[in-house]
Formats: sequence, structure tokens, C-alpha cells
Amino acid sequence: MTSDNNKLASVEVTPNLCKACQRCVEVCAPGVLMTNPEKAFNELGYQWIVYTGEGCTGCGVCFYVCPEPGGIKVQKRERTKATS
Amino acid sequence: MKRDLIKANEALVKGAIMAGCTQYYGYPITPASEIAEAASVYMPVCGGTFIQAESEVAAINMVYGASGAGARAMTASSGPGISLKQEGVSYLSGAELPAVIVDIMRAGPGLGNIWPEQGDYNQVVHGGGHGNYKVIVLAPNRAQEMCDLTMLAFDLADKYRMVVYILADAYVGQMMEPVEFPKVNKKAPHRPWALYADKASQPNVITSIVFSAEALEEHNLKLQARYAQIEKDEVRFQEIQCEDAELILMGYGFVSRLLQSTIEVLRKQGKKVGMLRPISLFPFPNQRIQELAAQGKHFLCVELSNGQMRDDVYLATFKKDIVHFYGRMGGMVPSVAEIVDVALGYLK
Amino acid sequence: MTTKANVLEKATAFYDHFERKGGQDQTTHYCPGCGHGNVHKLIAEALDDLGLAERTVFVSPVGCSVFAYYYFDTGNIQAAHGRAPAVGTGVKRTRPHSIVISYQGDGDLASIGGLEIIHAANRGENMTVFFINNAIYGMTGGQMAPTSLIGQKTSTSPYGRTVENEGYPIRMCELISTLESPVYVERCQLADVKGIMAARKAVRKALQNQADGKGFSFVELLSPCPTGWKMTTHDSLQWIKDFMIPYFPVKVFKDESATRNGRIREPKEYTDEELFKALNLGLLGESQPRDAEFLKNFKTVEMKIAGFGGQGVLTAGAILAAAAMQENLEVSWIPSYGPEKRGGTANCSVILSKDSIGSPMVVSPNVLVVMNDPSLDTFEDAVVSGGLVIVNSSIITRKLKRTDVDVLYIPLSDIAADLGLNAAANMVLLGAYLEYTKLFPLDHLKKIIPYTLKRKTLAEANVKAAEAGAQWMRDNNKR
Repeated sequence: MTSDNNKLASVEVTPNLCKACQRCVEVCAPGVLMTNPEKAFNELGYQWIVYTGEGCTGCGVCFYVCPEPGGIKVQKRERTKATS
Repeated sequence: MKRDLIKANEALVKGAIMAGCTQYYGYPITPASEIAEAASVYMPVCGGTFIQAESEVAAINMVYGASGAGARAMTASSGPGISLKQEGVSYLSGAELPAVIVDIMRAGPGLGNIWPEQGDYNQVVHGGGHGNYKVIVLAPNRAQEMCDLTMLAFDLADKYRMVVYILADAYVGQMMEPVEFPKVNKKAPHRPWALYADKASQPNVITSIVFSAEALEEHNLKLQARYAQIEKDEVRFQEIQCEDAELILMGYGFVSRLLQSTIEVLRKQGKKVGMLRPISLFPFPNQRIQELAAQGKHFLCVELSNGQMRDDVYLATFKKDIVHFYGRMGGMVPSVAEIVDVALGYLK
Repeated sequence: MTTKANVLEKATAFYDHFERKGGQDQTTHYCPGCGHGNVHKLIAEALDDLGLAERTVFVSPVGCSVFAYYYFDTGNIQAAHGRAPAVGTGVKRTRPHSIVISYQGDGDLASIGGLEIIHAANRGENMTVFFINNAIYGMTGGQMAPTSLIGQKTSTSPYGRTVENEGYPIRMCELISTLESPVYVERCQLADVKGIMAARKAVRKALQNQADGKGFSFVELLSPCPTGWKMTTHDSLQWIKDFMIPYFPVKVFKDESATRNGRIREPKEYTDEELFKALNLGLLGESQPRDAEFLKNFKTVEMKIAGFGGQGVLTAGAILAAAAMQENLEVSWIPSYGPEKRGGTANCSVILSKDSIGSPMVVSPNVLVVMNDPSLDTFEDAVVSGGLVIVNSSIITRKLKRTDVDVLYIPLSDIAADLGLNAAANMVLLGAYLEYTKLFPLDHLKKIIPYTLKRKTLAEANVKAAEAGAQWMRDNNKR
């Protein structure tokens, strides 16, 4: 695994769809998801989760533990095979 | 003439199939089981489905699903089963799903017995489920009508997107009479709102939930408007010799057959009697009753109940003193001679 | 296969916007940390990947997932509490190519809908059931569920569930996997990534089985309800592991997916001709042309035929009525029914008339046929004066008390027995009756017989019996 590939992976939390249940934070192995450090609240009144900006491996577990359909989007690494 | 001598219950099933009914879901109960039995014979060989459901509740909910999926669907039962089905009737009504339900009435309350009664009038005509809904109710009195009114029921159910009942009793169901079948092979009409499990119907949603109070009131008002239209357009009744009659005998279903004979007897004695038989119990022939009442005629309601239909005749006339009643219950059926005697008491 | 293999994002089987409140929401109505959303995502992803959304009908239950139809871009139907499997059955039987998903919670599936789920499973309905077990009633505010654990405090088990009062939590996978029909039964859990990924596979398999026509698949998912349990999300996941999984083991209970043959049978459309044939319509053919003279002189027959059950009295009435119908008469037949049925005898009323028939019940017959003693005792007095009574003198030994009626004493049973047709006394009767009354030719009746018998092989014998009855009448009637 090269660091180049890791750069291609990323995770995006949609601020207004996050209910801050923390499930993604708990399962993130590299620990790159965290509660928004700025004390701001989204439309639903939650202090949403944010990506620290680097270190996402694109493993995708946060996507599956997130209960919100559009809450999290994960860009996997280029060479990762499709899951099926 | 090409007729079949057939049990009325069987005529009903054949009529349903010719009307395009392909889905029958039912639970056995005397005296309605013959309908399920006939459906189990004919549905599979006519490309349809027959399922003996695990319960009356399941049966009516299967009808709900089948109707939602675009099929003409039906179920049949008797009083105790109809009581159980009321949940589904309310949901069908809320979701505006067409369905045909047959009630072959037996005597109650409770388990009562299996003999004929008309004690389900209130729970069928005035709705036994929750909410402000109505159902169309057709009351056949002969085998031919068991076929014809069932076919009509499917058309009305689709036309108004609602539940239509066939309300009969064990005597009507058990009778064998000649039936001239119309010999049609109808298909369920396309329902743009139904679920055909295809691209075109993918956006469709069938539900009886209306989230906001405002919207649910609106939904209810829409239903009430439909019922008002039905009261205008779908009243059906049969009249015999009412023109010069002083006393109008009123009864539906099997009782009307007794009344027909009663009139024959009384007319031979020179008595001025007629018969008004509601064929549709909702909508009820209020207007005709009012016209006849305005002419000073009296009514004698004969029922196998404690006067459940009689109350509707009261409501139509607002005159208790001209609405008389004779009823038997528990499975007892008055003889023609008995009704003649009662009628004579109200005749000059 | 998803076209965006390298991106995990909202499945297209979800609507873009969830218009539950008429707005443009993109979030579900579920509480933070609720497992429903996880399962919704797994289902939507599977529908995308398997290409099933277009023909899916999603049955929303009653419970927290009552509004599932706001989320899934599929056909949607909302069911009454517990009835989703029955509603799904109706959908599936009507549209066998559909993919029916019954999505139910524990109160819905295991309590009020206990019967529906068991029987849908037992019929092997080709549908997929997702059972969300969170051991509580979420929607109604945290009441006890059939799956609530012993000691679990809920708003209706405030002191904790006890075995004495409520019994043990019900295990649905275990119950359903005892049935022969289901093809696949698995319990999964949503408490950790491993569990969710196993659930992902289970969801796919359960849907694929249906697409392949293999039958009933059932996936239970142990699901967190942080709100109902009054816990943080973290604690709720731990509670699943510590308390739910020990009682509700996570495993495959049954899986015959690989060995079952799939089959989806689409309904056949029938042509008019095929349908009428299947319905047995018009077997008797056209009736006799109307004979004005015959009708003018026809006097209404009000007949009562009574005897032991098994003497064929009901059949005799039906055949006579059918034959008379073919003479263009109005006819009615009604079996003894209700309180009038007494004395262990069977009887039927038959009316033959040229006019519309009122009451089909014959109270005062003008023709009475009695096949046994109790029938004569019951009905002798009812016959109208001048009426006809036919007595089966093989069995009835007494004579009539009445003197104001015509009587024919005919040894109906003996005549039948002489032919070796013990059960055909009723046909002997019809032959004799027609010969006596000349109502219409016996030949007309004989034509009807094959169509009115359940066992067609007996037609010839019955015709013979009718002929014997007519012969006896010719030989013996001195009129």
C-alpha cells in the first residue's frame, strides 16, 4: 500500500444530515472523524461530525454504521475492488 | 334461453370471476364456506388465486395487498368473521382501495348460531370499523342477483375506489335458481395509482396515513363528497305495486321474497299493499321513501333483526308513527302467513 | 453492480428528498443512533446492486418504520399493525414478479402480527421479511415488546419484565426455522461493524432468494434503540452485546438457498372461451322453446321432498328443478335449513312456476314426497287440501290419515333395489312422478341427469331407475 493511494481516499459528512450519534467516530480506525470542534449546530440542532481532512483509508465502515442514508459519503482508494 | 340451475353462492363466485376478480382470500365459516369452496374450485382454473388465509384479519389484509397491486380482489365471511375484518375495511377505506366483501349473515350476537339473520346490517351498512367511512352495500335476493350484483360490485368498487359489500343471508346463498350468466370475461381496469411492480407504478404509494390534521380533514371531506355523489347516483331499489298501496312492506334480501308472496296473498284479499325493497342499503332509497311517506303511506319493515334497517326508514321519514316493524331473530324466519297477519293489523 | 464502485454514498433506491412533512428533508425521522437507518441503507444498497428497485413493493408496517415509504424509491404500501405479511401475500400473489419486502418491528411482527408472519412463512410466500428486534415499542414511546428481556424496564414493565407476569422474550428465528417452508432464516446484529457487514450479506441473500423464486427468507436484526432504552448510542450498542446477543443468538438458523429450486409462476390469461369452459357455464344448453299452451295450463307446483339423509331427496329436487327450468319454467330449490330442519330428516322445497317466485320455502306443499316415516309424520298435515302425496311404501308401512288428498303408494326403494340400484329410489320417484303428472316428457328429464350428478358414471343407472319408476306407474296406476 502506498501513501499515494491513501491520499485518494476521503470521507465526507453532510453537516445537515448528521445526528451526531457518534457511531462513525467510534468505528473509525485511523480516528479521522471527530465532533466539529467549532461549537456550531446544524439545522437539526446537532453538533455534527467532521473529517479531520487527512488519514482516511477509505475502508467504508463509517458509511455502513451511519444510520442516515445521505449522512456519509466515502471515496475509496483507487485500487479497491468493488464490494458486492 | 340458456340458463344454469345453480346455487346462489356459486353464482356469486362465477359472477366475480367474470367481473375480472382474480384474487380470493377467505377463511371458512358457516354459512359462507360454500363461497370459499366454489372459489377454491374456480379461481385456480381461471388464472386466479385462492388462499385459505390463517384468519379473517389476514384474509382482508391480503385483499388489501392484492387490490393495491391492481387486482380485483374479494373475500367472504359471515357475521363473526366480518367483525374481525372491520380493521381491514377501515384501512381499505382510508387508502381508497376497491374491494368486494361478501357477508352471508348468520344469527348473533357472539357465536349465536348458523341460521339466517339480518343482524349485521348495522355493522356493515353503518360501518363497524374506525373512522368516517362508508361502504356501498348491495343486497341480492335471488341467485341471479348474487351474480349480477357481484359483478356490479366490482365495477362500483373501481369507479369509487371503495369497499362494496354484498350483504346476503344463508337462505339466499343456499337457494338454487336459474341464472342467466352474462358470459363476459372482464379484466380489472388499469389503476394508475396501483402497484404493478414496474417502472410506471414505482412512484405510487398506498397508505391510509395522512400526517397532518388539516390534510386528514381534507381527505375525509373528499371521501364525504364521494359518498354524497354515491347517494345521488347509485340508489337501487325494487318496487312492487306501491302506487295505490296504503301499506308499503319493506325488507331486503331473503325477506323480500317472503314479502313478494305476502303481497300476492293480500292483493287477492283486495288489500292495498306494495313492496319497496332496497337493493342498495347504502345508498339507502331515502328519497323514494320520503315521496311515498308524503303520499300518506305507512311502512311495515320486516327484518330478521331487531329493526336495524327500520331505523334508517325512521331517519328517512322522521315519522315514527308511520314506520312499523316486525322482526324475528335468532334464526327464526317468519312465514308468509305470519307476515300477512301482521300486515292486516296495519290495514283498514 | 453499482456504477460507482469506488464511492460509498446514498443509494439510488432512496428518494432524493424525504417529503414526510412536505418539505425537502434529506434526513430520516429516526432518532440518533437508531438501527432502522442502518438496515434501510443495507436494503437500498442491495436493491441498487441487484437492480430490483423498480419491481419492488415495500410494505411499511406500524411502528417506527411506519414512514419507510417516504424513504424507499420503490412501490410502497403501508399495512395495518402486524399485517404486513398478509398484505405482502396479496401483492405477491397478484404480481409474482414483484419483490415484496415486509419490514417489521418486534411489536408488529412478534406480537400483534404473530399469526400473519407464521403463516406467511409456513406458506413459503416468496417474499423477504426484515425483522427489526430492538426489544421495545419505539413509536408509541417505549412500552414492553414481546422481545423485551427479563428485567428490562419499559413504560409498561416499570418494575422490569418478569417471567411470572409476561413470560420469556419470544425468539422468532427459532420459531420460524422449525417450519419446513422457509428457505433462509438468519439473525444478525447491528452493534458493531462485523455484525453490520454480516447483516449486509444476509440482506442481499434474502432478496436474491426472492428474485430467484426460492421462497420465504427471514432476517432478524438486533437493533439499537438508544431513545427507547434511555441510553447513549455507545451504551446501547454495548447493551446489545451484553444482554441481547446472549439471549438471541446471532447465527444462521436455516439456509437452503443453495439447494432450493426457484420458481416464479406468472398468472395465465384466459380467453373468453377457456374461461366459460372452466366455469362450466351453460352445460344444459338452450331450453325448450316456449310452449304457450303448456305455460297457460301450468299450475304452480309447490313440492316438499323429505326423507333420510342419503336417500337423495335433495338431488331429486334439484334434478326436477333443472329439468323444469329447461321447460322455460321459473324454478327454485332450497334445502331444509334453519329451525325447520328437524327429526333427523333431510328435505327440500321445490317450486315450479310460470311466474316469478316469491318465497322459495314451501310451507304448504301441493305435492309431498315422503321417503320415510318421520317425514310423513312431520309433513302430512301441511299438505294443502286436494294436494298429492307420494309415499315410499317400501319403507313407510302406514297409510295416510288425511282423506282430502291424492295418495300414491309406490315401493320406490324396492323398485330401485330390484335394479340393483339401492341409492336410486329418488330417480324412481322422478320417473313415476312425471309419468303420473305428465308435467313434461321423461326424455327431457333423462337428458338432464348426466349434468346434475356429481358422479357422471352413475348417469346410466339413474336413467334406468327413472324409466323403471315410469314403468311402474304405467303398470300400476289405475287412473
